[in-house]
Amino acid sequence: MLSGILVFNQKGENLIFRSFRSDCRPRLADIFRIQVISNPQVRSPILTLGSTTFSHVKHENIYLVAVTKSNANAALVFEFLYRLVMLGRSYFGKFDEEAVKNNFVLIYELLDEILDYGYPQNTETDTLKMYITTEGVRSAIANSATDSSRITMQATGALSWRRSDVKYRKNEAFVDVIEDVNLLMSATGTVLRADVNGQIVMRAYLSGTPECKFGLNDRLLLDGDSAGGGSGGGGSGSSFGGGGSSGMVSGNRDGTTKATRAAAGSVTLEDCQFHQCVKLGRFDADRIISFVPPDGEFELMRYRATENVNLPFKVHPIVREVGTTKVEYSVAIKANYSSKLFATNVVIRIPTPLNTAKTTERTSQGRAKYEPEHNNIVWKIARFSGGSEYVLTAEATLTSMTHQKAWSRPPLSLSFSLLMFTSSGLLVRYLKVFEKSNYSSVKWVRYMTRAGSYEIRF
Amino acid sequence: MFLSVVPYSPQYGLPFSQSKQGKVAELRQELNSGGKKDKNHSAKKIALKKIVANMTMSNNDMVALFPDVIGCMNLPSLEIKKMCFLFLVNYSRAKPDIALKALPILVDDMEDSNPLVRALALRTISYVHVREFVEATVAPVKRLMQDMDPYVRKTAAFCVAKLYEHDKKMVESSDLIDRLNSMLKDENPTVVSSVLASLVDIWGRSESISLTIDYASASKLVSILPDCSEWGQSYILEALMSYVPQDSAEALLLAERIAPRLSHSNSAVVLTSIRVILYLMNYIADERHVTSLAKKLSPPLVTLLSKPPEVQYLALRNAILILQKRPEVLRNDIRVFFCNYNDPIYVKVTKLELIFMLTTKENISVVLAELREYATEIDVHFVRKAVRAIGKLAIKIESAARQCIDTLLDLVNAKIPYIVQEATVVIRNIFRKYPNQYENIISNVIQNIDELDEPEAKAAIIWIIGQYADRIENSDGLLQDYLATFHDETIEVQLALLTATVKFFIQRPTKGQQLVPQVLKWCTEETDDPDLRDRGYMYWRLLSTDPAAAKQVVMGEKPPISAESEKLDPKTLEELCLNVGTLATVYLKPVQQVFRNARTRRLQYSPALQKPQEEATSAASWQFPAAAAQAAASSPTAATAANPTGFPMTGAAAGDMNAAVSAADNYFNSVGSQQMAALDLGGRGDGGAGGGGASQTQYVVNQNQQQVYQPQLAGGAATGELLLL
Repeated sequence: MLSGILVFNQKGENLIFRSFRSDCRPRLADIFRIQVISNPQVRSPILTLGSTTFSHVKHENIYLVAVTKSNANAALVFEFLYRLVMLGRSYFGKFDEEAVKNNFVLIYELLDEILDYGYPQNTETDTLKMYITTEGVRSAIANSATDSSRITMQATGALSWRRSDVKYRKNEAFVDVIEDVNLLMSATGTVLRADVNGQIVMRAYLSGTPECKFGLNDRLLLDGDSAGGGSGGGGSGSSFGGGGSSGMVSGNRDGTTKATRAAAGSVTLEDCQFHQCVKLGRFDADRIISFVPPDGEFELMRYRATENVNLPFKVHPIVREVGTTKVEYSVAIKANYSSKLFATNVVIRIPTPLNTAKTTERTSQGRAKYEPEHNNIVWKIARFSGGSEYVLTAEATLTSMTHQKAWSRPPLSLSFSLLMFTSSGLLVRYLKVFEKSNYSSVKWVRYMTRAGSYEIRF
Repeated sequence: MFLSVVPYSPQYGLPFSQSKQGKVAELRQELNSGGKKDKNHSAKKIALKKIVANMTMSNNDMVALFPDVIGCMNLPSLEIKKMCFLFLVNYSRAKPDIALKALPILVDDMEDSNPLVRALALRTISYVHVREFVEATVAPVKRLMQDMDPYVRKTAAFCVAKLYEHDKKMVESSDLIDRLNSMLKDENPTVVSSVLASLVDIWGRSESISLTIDYASASKLVSILPDCSEWGQSYILEALMSYVPQDSAEALLLAERIAPRLSHSNSAVVLTSIRVILYLMNYIADERHVTSLAKKLSPPLVTLLSKPPEVQYLALRNAILILQKRPEVLRNDIRVFFCNYNDPIYVKVTKLELIFMLTTKENISVVLAELREYATEIDVHFVRKAVRAIGKLAIKIESAARQCIDTLLDLVNAKIPYIVQEATVVIRNIFRKYPNQYENIISNVIQNIDELDEPEAKAAIIWIIGQYADRIENSDGLLQDYLATFHDETIEVQLALLTATVKFFIQRPTKGQQLVPQVLKWCTEETDDPDLRDRGYMYWRLLSTDPAAAKQVVMGEKPPISAESEKLDPKTLEELCLNVGTLATVYLKPVQQVFRNARTRRLQYSPALQKPQEEATSAASWQFPAAAAQAAASSPTAATAANPTGFPMTGAAAGDMNAAVSAADNYFNSVGSQQMAALDLGGRGDGGAGGGGASQTQYVVNQNQQQVYQPQLAGGAATGELLLL
């Protein structure tokens, strides 16, 4: 597994060097600096030299590097590096050169804890924060033996992501369904690819050890539900031992199931991935998403949908190259969602040739500006109501070049965010919380669709 | 190019104008200041933090503070202790004699009442590569392996692997590995997964150790998967690669039970699960079940494409591999591999390879439109690959050759030099694949002859001129242009010129008779290159002996080339499939070629192993209900106890996999740890006794060769081989 973890800044100074095996020598830092940081030729995140492999990710202005000496599990190496970034952000807010320099000791302490002999150990932020703390936030509990036992149980237990003593006066859970819609449209207007990468982020402020059940309008989920309801719906409810509350929930479930299916239709999810708190065996068997959530914010699941993707925007670019001196643009964009909704921060980036000298733009809404450093005309519309359509006409004047090279015509790209809309049509049907103290809880759901890679060729 | 390191002053640092001596002296003073007044040791903490900060940034001068730091080690503050331990681990090798002073403190701490302190001391002492430390660890680690705290036990489990790295012989002659093995009975899943990680690590370092897992243990391990951390799950899955199914039904049941892990959000868990399932498929007899398992692999692999680019890259490389092994995976998914404009180049190039592999008669039009788009991008390397892919597709899919050629000609018309060069090379290959079909495009290719300046492209156009000298009107002129600079060309081009000139002469003797003697003279008398000379003499003798025969030999029909295949040979493919998700799959090369001292994995023989050639002979004797019976029978002591729980022994409908899976889960959850004790997992071969263990010959592969390479390994970093991209 890992022989060492190194952190560099952009200049190639070695900020952190922690070796976990005797084969990770200090001079490896120089090798990485010479072979990767100061070598523009290297374009792969993995570099094997002799028997040493450097795997790196870049975050902010630092390089995080894992050194391995064997045929290591590369997926694990990168997952770990990304986890390290996450931990750094959760500890220091921003994980950059400055944060590293200000927190040497803490970072070494963390590394010692989350890696043993180069094998990742417990990396749950919540647990780690119980005994590895930034200055100022002194952890009082780590010093007595009994409290330490609690920490060790937590770090090695089956619920390593959750403390048992969480208490809230008001029990609340927030669910954010965030979809990144990806589009690749050809110059002739055919959709080459349209898919949705969704994530469901939950912020759980729930006391005790709550058991949550979560339902979506996924087609398989719905089918699974109806099958389960036929054979033993009551049985699944009583298994939680929740008494009154669970009985009530399962009581009105059958009614709501039909209603939502009729109203919203169902969605086919190509694939889902879950946070480790979700009981995967259960999901595989009867498609029930059940879990004991970590405290606070976490990503409950990720999913992918490729069928019936609702594209929020339709874009029609007409781009004409007039001789070698001028390009004419006419870009129409139409919102393809209900007029009750509106998108915010709609930004359309329209590529211009590299030798553009000057542009003129006219828009029916929003502002357009030429950004020479990015070879783009950037058209911004702060608020875009459903159903409306706007047009930009522009003209780019080109300087003549001695070495005429064809313009590569990169695709036009869009970014936006649209609340209360999911491109996949996914809806949260229910979130049930069962806890032995039987408290009531308030749940909130929010939907948002953003542009992932929303590209239109012309 | 070398960047000089400018020392900077960290938060607690000192102005860097100060001499090293001064810095050390000042830190020492600070460390010892405070005295009695310093109740919370805050002054010491600050001083230690400065020392830790300086440890990495400025070279080795902090080592002078070693005795002072050891002096602080026993202060009643965990924070100070951790910093001192870090210092110790860093410098113990440089000054082993001073480090020894810390040994009693560490030994003491391993008996502390606080489990965190015990674990910290154990973890630290086992990092120190000093003989006395290693020896002093053995006794305490045996005790701590049975500590009441699971956190300490898992630390102890890793400790054995660390000791093994320090001193193989000592560990082998002790009973540490046996003790480690017996820790698999532990009730805590984290401890079990740590033990497995440790065992697999030891296995990887020694040819004399074998790791065998029987079905009951494998099943038990799968049943604790959900209770482990994501990393723990990866360790368990890796260990499961050492389980050799003896029965097709066992393999299937296990694969079905591992399949839910494919939905884990950690890509290491996903890829390692894919590895195990692919491995188990080798032991599953029924093709139907294999196909249904293969179908489950596809979506998770594609989902990894929404992860960060590094993980995407890994998923793509493994997709190339899996696609060769199981073409049914990913069959319908070509569009997901279309490149985004902003994908990093290493992702794009790998996607391109996959697109090529997945292209069929049915989707060729979509693919060509897509590749055409790539050919207009900015990154030259990528554009070339795209152009080359179009040409390769023409060779791969005969019915689409015309379409591919039209696309190529379209691109050539843009007159971008590197596209023209790349296209020329692939068009030559198309001519070789389909002789006498597309020669009408020769004129289009010849038009751009002036754009070519790369040897490969020049050689390609020269080959075309020579091959079709009688159809190209001014072939003599074109050839002469190139011959004018004959001596400045690379060998590749010179060889092409020689062949082309001879072909020209054979086809147009009158025009060629001036050229040939001259070129033959150059090639035989004015060159040092052995190939060029040999070929020159060969043509010369051929032409002077029998011109008619020469014509037959040189211009005779050659069998058309086949699709350029980049398929891995079956042996490499098999090996890489046992290593899915590892670094070797990024390079798609045999593991030992990249990592010389890696232990090789091979498919182990068992009665259930499905070999393609054996498939015909092995009767389909296996039926599903047997699976359950087998599973229960494999642990006879528990079989009677299992029956009342409704374990479907007989009469279960074939194919009702879900019921069987959950029944198996229930069953193995009910298998107590006492039963696990009776199972044989890991250890040192069958006898299990003695440290020799040389009986395990099946893993001894190229042992001598490895040692030959050993010295090279140490300095291997500078050799710069295997630079990807």
